[in-house]
Parts: sequence; C-alpha cells; structure tokens
Amino acid sequence: MSRLSSAEPPAGDATEGTADDERAAAGATDEPAAAAATDEPAAVAATDDTGDATPGPLPDGPPVDDGRLVVLDALTAELGAHLVTTETHRDDIWVRVTAKGWKRAAEVCRSLGFDYFCFLSGLDWMPSVSVMRGEVTSEVAEGETDEAEAVEQAEAAYPAAAGAEPDSAETGSAGTQPDGETGTWKTGHAGGDTRFQVFARLYSIERHIGLTLKADLDDDAPAVETWSQVYPGADWHERETWEMFGFDFIGHPHLVHLYLPGEFEGFPLRKDFPLLAREVKPWPGLVDVEPMPGTEEDATPEQVSEQG
Amino acid sequence: MTAVSEQQRMAYIAGQAADARVNVELQTEEMTLNLGPQHPATHGTLRIIARLDGEQVINAEVVCGYMHRGYEKLTEVRTFPQVTTLINRIDWLSSFANEVPFILAAEQLMEVEAPPRAQYIRTIMFELSRIANITLFIGEMGVQLGAITPVFFAFRDREYVLNLIEAATGGRFHPNYDRIGGLKDDLPRGWVSETHEAMKRIRTYCDQLEDLLMGNEIFEARTRGVGVIPADVGLSYGLSGANIRASGVDWDLRRDSTSPLVWKDLDWKVWTHPDGDSFARYWVRLQETREATRMVDQMLDGLPAGPIQAKVPRIIKVPAGEAWAHTENPSGEMGYYVVSQGGLGPVRCKIRSASFNNTSIVPWLLKGVYVPDIITILSSLYFILGDIDR
Repeated sequence: MSRLSSAEPPAGDATEGTADDERAAAGATDEPAAAAATDEPAAVAATDDTGDATPGPLPDGPPVDDGRLVVLDALTAELGAHLVTTETHRDDIWVRVTAKGWKRAAEVCRSLGFDYFCFLSGLDWMPSVSVMRGEVTSEVAEGETDEAEAVEQAEAAYPAAAGAEPDSAETGSAGTQPDGETGTWKTGHAGGDTRFQVFARLYSIERHIGLTLKADLDDDAPAVETWSQVYPGADWHERETWEMFGFDFIGHPHLVHLYLPGEFEGFPLRKDFPLLAREVKPWPGLVDVEPMPGTEEDATPEQVSEQG
Repeated sequence: MTAVSEQQRMAYIAGQAADARVNVELQTEEMTLNLGPQHPATHGTLRIIARLDGEQVINAEVVCGYMHRGYEKLTEVRTFPQVTTLINRIDWLSSFANEVPFILAAEQLMEVEAPPRAQYIRTIMFELSRIANITLFIGEMGVQLGAITPVFFAFRDREYVLNLIEAATGGRFHPNYDRIGGLKDDLPRGWVSETHEAMKRIRTYCDQLEDLLMGNEIFEARTRGVGVIPADVGLSYGLSGANIRASGVDWDLRRDSTSPLVWKDLDWKVWTHPDGDSFARYWVRLQETREATRMVDQMLDGLPAGPIQAKVPRIIKVPAGEAWAHTENPSGEMGYYVVSQGGLGPVRCKIRSASFNNTSIVPWLLKGVYVPDIITILSSLYFILGDIDR
C-alpha cells in the first residue's frame, strides 16, 4: 500500500468551525430523540428505552432487571466528574467518560464484575469523503437521472423511514434525510465532542450486561492511559488502535506495530487517509445501486414461500 | 528391599549430586526458535518467535499481519449489501456465520426483522457452518499430535456439510447468502431429508473420533494438563466460545443474548468442562458438534413455511446510528460495531473477531511450556488466521 503522508482534505477544515455548536446541540437533544423513536409498533422498536427510564422487560431476552441501573449508579458514584453521559439501549449501557478517567473507568468496571474484555478500538468522526456517507456519487447520479426518484420510492416502501421522520436515529441530529449533506458532525450513543473517540466494550458474565465505554480524545494529540494492566487482552487491541488511528496509549508495555510493516507511515483508519485504489478508480460496485430498468414500481424483492 | 548394598546407595547419591552440579554449572545458551509463518498448526500464516531455555519456552512473541486485508477500511467504501462478500472471508471455514452478525446489526438500525422462516434457515446455516468448521478441528488436532487417521475422516465428512451449504446457497465456502431482511434463496427441494442424513453421518463421525482419540494414551498424555487457562485469566484476555467454556465458564451467546435467531426455541445444552486444558477444549468442541447436529434436526422438523424476505427498499440506506450485534460463532464471540450516518454504506465497522482475542493469550500461555506442547496449545486454541488478520 502507500506511504502517503496523510493530506488533509478541504472538507475537514471547512466543517471544523461550524460543527462544534451543532454537535453540542445534538448532544443536548439525546433523550427526547430516543423517546421519539418508540412510536414504531415493531418489536425491535419496543426495545429502545430512554436513558434514565426504568428499563422495560425485553421481549424474549434474558431478564433485564434493575441490574443496569445498579451498574449506572455505581459508575456515577465511583467516577464522579469523570463521567460525562450515559445511555441505555437494548441490553447494553453506553458510558462516556473523560480521557483522564479512562483507566479509572476500566478499574471501576472490573471491580463491578465486568470481567470479560470484548474489544477496544477507535472512532473518527470527521465527515468522510467517502461516497457511501450521504448521496450516491455525482457520476452515478449524472448517469442515471431518475436515481433520486428511485430512492424516494424505495423509502416510501420502507415503513421505518417513512414513519419516523429524520429522528428515527438515536443521535437525533438532523441529516438522516437523503438530502442531509449538511456537514453535521453526527456522533453515536452517548454523544461526543471531539473528532476522535476511543471506545471499548466489556461484558459481565454474571449480570449479562454489556458496557461500551467511550472517551473523547484530543484532536491533535489523541492519548489515553493504557488498559493493559487492568485487562491484559487490551494489549493487542491497543497496538492495533495505535497503528490504525494513531492514538497513544500511555504506559503500554510494548507499543509496536501489530499488523502493518514497521516502516508504514500514516494511520489507515483515519478518515483523511486515502484508500489509494479507490482514489485512482471509483468503486465499480457502485453500479449495483442503480435502479434496474423497467421495474421501478415494485420495490420489494420477490417473496418465495416454497415448502422445503 | 534390603538387597541394595550401602555401596550401591552411596553411588546412587553421588550420581544424583553430580547431575545436579552439572545442571547448575552448564548454563545453556538461550535459543530462539522461529515457528512459522508457514506451519500446519497455524491455519494460515502466523509466526511465533519463542525464546527457549533448553526445551522450555521463556518468552514467546506472536507476529501476525501477514494476511491483513484491511476489511475495516474496505467496508467504508462498500454498500451495506456488498459488505457480506468481504466479511465472508474473515473466518473462512465458517463463512456464513460471519455474515449473520453484520446483517443483524444493519437490521437493528433499519428496524426490520426477517420473517420466521428466514430466521430458521439462517440458524440452520449457522449451525451447519459450525459443524463444517469444528469437524475439521476435531480431525486436525489429532493429526498435529501424530494421529493421522482423524484428519482423513474430517475431510471426508465435512464434505457432506459443504455440499449441503453449496446446494442451498450456491457457494461451497463463501455462501454470501444472508441479506438484510431475509435470505437470498429458499432451500432447494429435497434438502431437508439430505440434511437429516448428513447429520446422522456427522454424529457417527463424532462417535468414531471419540473412539479413536478419547482414551488414547498418547492423546491424553499430550493434552491433559497442557495449556491450562484459568477462567478469570481467559475472560480478561477476552477468550470466548469453546475456549472459555472449557475453563468452566457457562456462557454461550446463543442462549445468553437477545438475538432474532431461533436458538431459544430449541432444546439444547451448553457444554462446559472444568479443567481448562487442551483436552477440555477438544472435548467441549466435540460435544458442541454433536449438539449442533441435534439442533439442526430440531430446526428442520420445526421449519415454518412462509416468505424468506421482509420488505426492504431496493436501494438500501441505513438510518444514522450505532449498532452492536454479536453471535456465538464457531471460534467464539464475533461482533460488529456498525456506525451508519444514513448513507449507503457503513461509516465505520469495527470487526470484533473471536480468534484475535483467543490468540492474544498465546504469549501468556506459552510461558514455561515445553516445545512439543506449543503445537498442542496452538491447535487446541483453534484460531483461523483470517479471523485474526481481518
């Protein structure tokens, strides 16, 4: 692959200034948005619940008692100011802590019975230049003039999107509409204020609760303390995150390349790292998303009900 | 008893003392043993650099990345339906099982659910993947310990399962069969009875293997007590699947997580073993294969009629949000953390593959073991390289 020094695309700078306020607004409206999503009658939607409400029983899941609330209370008590936001969704908990409280959070979780280390990785919320993010590429749109129409039809046939308006997502930020290329910096569960986030998932075998921890990192020098003394399994995950995102893990015993060759430059999973093959030639598979000629009106695939 | 003369006794003691002195005086030089990247026990290209003191490993380092294909980056330039083609190749011995959690994550975001028949067929295919995968393990672990026969049995009988997968999906190794909201095709005619037959064969195979290896003196000597993983250590490394159940942890995501797949409707058992050694890992997998064949039989009997595809738009756009979906794959917990921003493809897809965590314990586990045990431990952990270097 390439040894490109990662060139900053103009998109990153342009949105830098405006995105901050919008992100703050998106974070504040977390709760009502999650509540709004529950007007869907489907069973899946019924499993959504808002942050502080008592979790209702999940349909045919493991019994969800107050276990999550107990965990949340304990985390709030132990972490204090390091805890930023929490969110519960399905049978999991999302907790955002400060970068300074990252290691402390792991120790607290370990003492709360989260004995299983699932994974640790990074997120880069920079608006990506990828064609997959918003609309289809201009080339495809040019070649196929009724593209937008087909998308509309498809969405009309799709109950969830039609019913729930733009706020069907947990984030509640605008821009889930097909024309939503507004440059809004959308973040996920428990929100986020910076470009980079480190996140990790733990699980309690006894309680059957999953916990995703997130922490906002500094844009210029992303760094947190290592978890490898708390969860030895974090060792490799941190090495991977270090080489893929360029996050520094302070105190890591052996922070060297895991996958990439030693002389590799750049951080491949950052959004501003170009995927060279796709820079040279657009992804040919995009033709797949063009509508098929002739059969515009029936948007559903054929339904087979053959007895096997 | 008293036949040993005083002289003989003294000679014996002197001999022992001399041996002890030699052991102290002869500081043997440390040696570096390079294992791999190409080695049958590594199922791909994994390199292990072991520092040896005599026959004992002091320190082992695992070098991976020879097969890293950057799937997490590549998913960012694929549409949601196209991603299944990539992730098929993560754990290539049970490809269909890789597709399922990703599709579940996408369905979770889109709030669609596949119809019951599709969920049944998904679960059947999932279990068939498990059988195809673990069948090979059961045979291969034998061959790595010097028993040649099991591996021939394994390749012979795995073929029955692969044929079934091919008949239904069109792909022997890479089915690419799962779709958002359902499946690509329904089952072909006659498939159900064929599958019942094949499950019988697999059960016979398991019995044969049990006859061949369990109770075999060499096999037991080389696996019992070798590579013991205590439950708490295993969990803190993120070990999952049969590897952690062999350490006595009664945890199986098929039973313990909310999943639209139909494991909850079935009558089955989670197998655990208290020992945590290589033998326990082998034993648990053998039992799980048998259990899986019973599950497939039950599902075939209870297969509901109906559509296999829910209503989804032809151009799939996934609403913005984050979803985490995980399943109990043959090698352990496989999960996808999918971030969508309302586009055609994922903005970020973190792939949590089981073998990655299962292998990360190797440096810890190899400390102090003897060289021949390296192979036993590696093969009993059972990792697929594509699952580490995804």
